[in-house]
Amino acid sequence: MTEWFQGVFGFGLGWFLATLSLILLIALPLMLAVAMIIYADRKIWAAMALRRGPNVVGPWGLLQSFADGLKVFLQETIIPSAANRGLFLIAPIITFTVALVAWAVIPFADGWVLADINVGLLYILAVSSLGVYGVIISGWASNSKYPFYSALRASAQMISYEVSIGFVLISVVLWAGTFNLSGIVLAQQGLYGFLNGFGFNPLLFPMAVVFLISSMAETARTPFDLTEAESELVAGYQTEYSSMSFALFWLGEYANVLLMCGLNAILFWGGWLPPVDWAPLYLVPGIIWFFIKIFVFFFIFSWVKATVPRYRYDQLMRLGWKIFLPISLLWVFLVSGFLMLTRYGGVL
Amino acid sequence: MIEAVAFYLFATLVIAAGALTVLVRNPVHSVLWLIVAFFNAAGLMVLVGAEFIAMLLVIVYVGAIAVLFLFVVMMLDIDFAALRAGFVRYLPLGALLALVLAAEMVFAIAAWTAGGIDLGARIAPTPAAKPNIEAVGALLYTHYLFVFEAAGLVLLVALIGAVVLTQRKRGGGRPQNAAKQIARRPEDAVRNIDAPVGEGIEL
Repeated sequence: MTEWFQGVFGFGLGWFLATLSLILLIALPLMLAVAMIIYADRKIWAAMALRRGPNVVGPWGLLQSFADGLKVFLQETIIPSAANRGLFLIAPIITFTVALVAWAVIPFADGWVLADINVGLLYILAVSSLGVYGVIISGWASNSKYPFYSALRASAQMISYEVSIGFVLISVVLWAGTFNLSGIVLAQQGLYGFLNGFGFNPLLFPMAVVFLISSMAETARTPFDLTEAESELVAGYQTEYSSMSFALFWLGEYANVLLMCGLNAILFWGGWLPPVDWAPLYLVPGIIWFFIKIFVFFFIFSWVKATVPRYRYDQLMRLGWKIFLPISLLWVFLVSGFLMLTRYGGVL
Repeated sequence: MIEAVAFYLFATLVIAAGALTVLVRNPVHSVLWLIVAFFNAAGLMVLVGAEFIAMLLVIVYVGAIAVLFLFVVMMLDIDFAALRAGFVRYLPLGALLALVLAAEMVFAIAAWTAGGIDLGARIAPTPAAKPNIEAVGALLYTHYLFVFEAAGLVLLVALIGAVVLTQRKRGGGRPQNAAKQIARRPEDAVRNIDAPVGEGIEL
């Protein structure tokens, strides 16, 4: 595609236009996917609670998210008089932008990636660590006590779980031998000759579980949604927000959830590869496999949200620091020791 | 051409954000400007081909350290009048520091123009195809292994020091024992008693 654009518009302009259209090609379907995944989320909860869920707008309620979007778009943006105006408006923009920017390095299929950089995983880690700023800034700029509590909780929670996520990523990188996300996916091909995915490896499976739970904590989904615990903090950091500024938080949150589902699929379950290394399965396009995997993980997220009650804050911290951190640290030792013995030719 | 534009963009923004970090009245805004400066510094790192360092700068400084700064600064109850009152008292020290820094800069620029150190060539890994991380790892874990481990030891000592300083014996604490709580069954805590009328029960 870049070559075609460069052929028509010349080198520099062609590259610029190609990149711009690729960004739109990722961001616009992503927004559509977020709208539909919110609908799916509500339908799944409804099914688990024996309710109907959204079923009025459009066939089977399919257009519910668009109706909601239109509603918030037409509402008035209210800025509290005591708020720090500039930061108050910047915060949702940061959340939303950061959630979109991370998708630049996600490989959707073989070679289908906007920026195939060799520090892809570190880029994801860097961008996801920025997500906390939207929450902190909104909590502080609202100048209201519940958003502020929520911001403090969010920053402590996200930092805690990023530590164990970091160690989980290190064990994956050690096994794959690269930080490039496409390289990590390709390294998972043909485990024991017929499986595709690090998650099928008994040594890495516990890390897949730790990563799944940590990614729920990182995106502040139930049971870890202490940041917007409605029984304690009204709506947490979003309390003072209305209209589009609220919608940006909402969209950013779901884009982040989708990103984490995609990361689970890429790091442990073979990304765009079919789960079994069997030639007929490769006839299905890679992007379909990737979307199926994302949806399976989203279903797990939704399932957990519908069934598991919220953690207490000290339990959350205990799980992060006293359970996940030692386990993931131990696993880094185990994985590197195992690789040293098997792949790199014994001790020294 | 685009490299020069990008360089001047990042460099200008680093300097502007750094200046604003010092000049802005509100400490929270000041930390946020510091974050902008870190970001643009990471951009400069990418320009010289050190993408690993750039990502580390964002992860460590922006993602962790600046969050803690912000955390602390947001909870401070700052009296701006008291802050400004100290200005004259610290002026001589500040002026001295500025003088030292300016002198260092003059020396550095003079040494740079005299030639000798090719910084750009040192930053980028020598075979261009080799990823940054491999180059840094190969150097860090072979050539500089002992220095690296000594650095780790220093951090460990600092960590233990912080724990020792903050942990003090407090009487009457009842720390939670999760294993004990989970092991507790209803039979241990509940008794069903058919209480006789008019007699009550012994507890």
